[in-house]
Amino acid sequence: MSESPPEDDTPLVAARGIVKTFGAFTALGGVDLTVKRGEIHALLGENGAGKSTLIKILGGLLAPDAGTITWDGRPVAIDDPATARALGIGIVFQHFALFEALTVAENIALALGPSVTPRNAARLVEALGSEHGLPVPADREVGTLSVGERQRVEILRCLAQKPRLLILDEPTSVLTPQEAADLFATLRRLAAGGCSVLFISHKLDEVRALTSAATILRAGKVVAHADPRRETAASLAAAMVGTEIPELKPAAAHALGPPRLVVDQLASHESDPHAVALKDISLEVRGGEIVGIAGIAGNGQKELFAHLAGERLAERAAMIRIDDRDAGMLGPTERRQLGAAFVPEERLGHAAVPNFSLTDNAFVTRHATSGAARGGLLRRSAARRIADAVISRFHVRTRGPGTEARRLSGGNLQKYVIGRDMIADPKVLVVDQPTWGVDAAAAAAIRQALIDLAAEGAAVLVISQDLDELFQVADRIAVLSLGRLGPARPVAALSRTDVGLAMGGIAAAEAERAHEAAAGAGEGTHAPHS
Amino acid sequence: MRLILEPRAAPPVWAKWAAPFAALAVTGLIGAIIFALLGKPPIESLRVMFLDPLLDPLSLEDVVVKSAPLVLIAVGLVFAYRSNNWNIGAEGQFVIGGLIAGGLAVAAAGGGASGPWLIVAMLAGGALGGIAWGAIPALLKIRFGASEILTSLMLVYVAEKILDYLVRGPWRDPKGFNFPQTISFEGWARLPTLGDGRFHIGIVLTLAIALFAAFVLARTLYGFSIRTFGESPRAARFAGFSPAKVSLSAFAISGGLAGLAGAIEVAGPIGQLQPSISPGYGFTAIIVAFLGRLSPIGCIFAGLALAVSFIGGEQAQILLNIPLDLTKVLQAVLLFAILGADALTRFRPRLIRSAGAAV
Repeated sequence: MSESPPEDDTPLVAARGIVKTFGAFTALGGVDLTVKRGEIHALLGENGAGKSTLIKILGGLLAPDAGTITWDGRPVAIDDPATARALGIGIVFQHFALFEALTVAENIALALGPSVTPRNAARLVEALGSEHGLPVPADREVGTLSVGERQRVEILRCLAQKPRLLILDEPTSVLTPQEAADLFATLRRLAAGGCSVLFISHKLDEVRALTSAATILRAGKVVAHADPRRETAASLAAAMVGTEIPELKPAAAHALGPPRLVVDQLASHESDPHAVALKDISLEVRGGEIVGIAGIAGNGQKELFAHLAGERLAERAAMIRIDDRDAGMLGPTERRQLGAAFVPEERLGHAAVPNFSLTDNAFVTRHATSGAARGGLLRRSAARRIADAVISRFHVRTRGPGTEARRLSGGNLQKYVIGRDMIADPKVLVVDQPTWGVDAAAAAAIRQALIDLAAEGAAVLVISQDLDELFQVADRIAVLSLGRLGPARPVAALSRTDVGLAMGGIAAAEAERAHEAAAGAGEGTHAPHS
Repeated sequence: MRLILEPRAAPPVWAKWAAPFAALAVTGLIGAIIFALLGKPPIESLRVMFLDPLLDPLSLEDVVVKSAPLVLIAVGLVFAYRSNNWNIGAEGQFVIGGLIAGGLAVAAAGGGASGPWLIVAMLAGGALGGIAWGAIPALLKIRFGASEILTSLMLVYVAEKILDYLVRGPWRDPKGFNFPQTISFEGWARLPTLGDGRFHIGIVLTLAIALFAAFVLARTLYGFSIRTFGESPRAARFAGFSPAKVSLSAFAISGGLAGLAGAIEVAGPIGQLQPSISPGYGFTAIIVAFLGRLSPIGCIFAGLALAVSFIGGEQAQILLNIPLDLTKVLQAVLLFAILGADALTRFRPRLIRSAGAAV
């Protein structure tokens, strides 16, 4: 480190009265945040509470409209990312900024500037990796790494710049429980070494296990400073949301019907080297049940959803059957006409058109199944009735059906795009990441709606990376890993650890291989710093 | 110091329609500077170029006649651009349309045949020729993923060379003193005219097509699929719309209307085939489409505005000895200004003072 931290309890970073507005929208309305040296500090809040805006300000990506930031007790202006890096602020964003076609070492060398060659960087990767318990194969192309490994690369890239504050934005959302545990061990070691960590999450159990202080944001304001170890998950959630989250009501006992969605040895060939080929996927979802598909992102979820929704066609029609009709070669519209409905992961740009009103967005999935576009003519009044019905039944908070989709919060838009198909009482519903980035209250409402839909006899398939969610709603869970789907087992017979291990099964094997390769190549290297 | 563009939270709706006027004002300002640099009186030059054509009834008729092909092509381009299909080759589709129509007229005259069917065949043939020429880049895009921007643009020059060859070779008027042009068309090879003979029926056709296009775009499922592909292609595919069908149909519509415009020009104002049958209508129509906010109705007004610059440019050449190429310069400035104005309605420019910290 260039300077040794002063021996007093001046906080490392103290932000006071930070204000940031975008037009009429106030993202941050006078926020205070204090992170002490060597502290693991949680920044909690629902989506849209202002967490991302605040870390972008700390990272020099956004300029605050008002407020001051002090660093080591000294006022600073963080005008750009270079200034933030020079101070010692490193950020690992939720969406990685890595070059997939370059190796790990080349990626790190790029971040460190022209004085560092990829060879030096490779040595640095080995040294930092063993120092912090973050094994990564330095000579592998990033595109071939698992998501967990990519995250390690991102963290190493920050560590290579010797940060004094490491900020992680929802780091565990892409990890198996085991990988998350490894990450926590690394973060604790870092903190013990004097590096402060700002940890952003909405998984409250993790926050309670890992952090010793928390700042809770709601709608751009700090609503509480707390010690998570002395709170319960419920009390933290109540502070985040402002109200109690309703408990899910399990479905009343109901008999299962015949299989309504059948996938039979579905396989895909991918021309894109970064896509995951599906391998002999077989699955049955009976009427009245919810089947969950667990797995870490990038194990074939996107490809599976595209094939189920008809955005991509199967090789044989019989590979996908909807209510006993061969549907593998049908497009999305024909599958919807068979009574199926689909909700993709991306709300904006996939499920909904950002610049279209909610009324016009009703046409996107319902043009052939609602009579709103009969004879090729748009009947806006019919579409508006659909939009109005969804808004009132699913409590979508919006000014009305004329509002553009992009103006809705994540949770409200998600309720809209799920509700848009749900009010048609679909026979089969396939939904990918139903509550991704959705606030807790909306997530509870969506999960309840899924449970209720299955109770009425629909076959529901939920693809999700959130194990807690799957254990809450699913009757059976199967794990998707590297394009292969394991057997769907009843939830009662499964533990989280089992599922987590199956999720990470292949990732773990890969890491082991990488370890061996690193042990072979890394002999005689020496840590260039320490 | 660096300049960044910050997205505006909510661009006001009026800004979208105010942008063209701001762009026209900026273009006028830049035009005045260019005139001054050329040693021409800036105010008078602007008046001659942009105001006088509107004040003189005869010039105004010219403006309307000149705007027809611009509007017709631009309305077609709206379908292409709204669906993310970048047809830059309307000029070529226009030329092929004119060429087919002219070829039919030449053949009919050679065979001594005529009748109302001839003009119908010329217009239909022109439209079909434009569709065929426009389908080439669409099929290349669908089949091979080739950039339609490049292929459609390159086909413009192919079309121009074909026309050039035909009017200098097989289709040349044998009694035309070796001038590279066909016979002058007569009778049913010409569009019926209205009033004093300068307005032709193509103007009425153009207006009707623009209104119908506005209806299709706003009120039909097909128009919805076009708009959805332009806004978010993934959502469009998720909706079940076929990208291949939309690409092909958007190119067919824009190519077909450009071809029809070419046929109308040949059967109307020009009345024969020459080595060049367009002063760049197909390219100027791109500006018309954007100035008209990619709306068929907007294109009518934008087409009139650009036609003013064509007529005014000719006037300025005669009266003030201002080179005609300057018209094209100003049209290009207008395109930049409208794209810039659009960017500024969506983004707020901000100058960031850097602390100069380096890593």
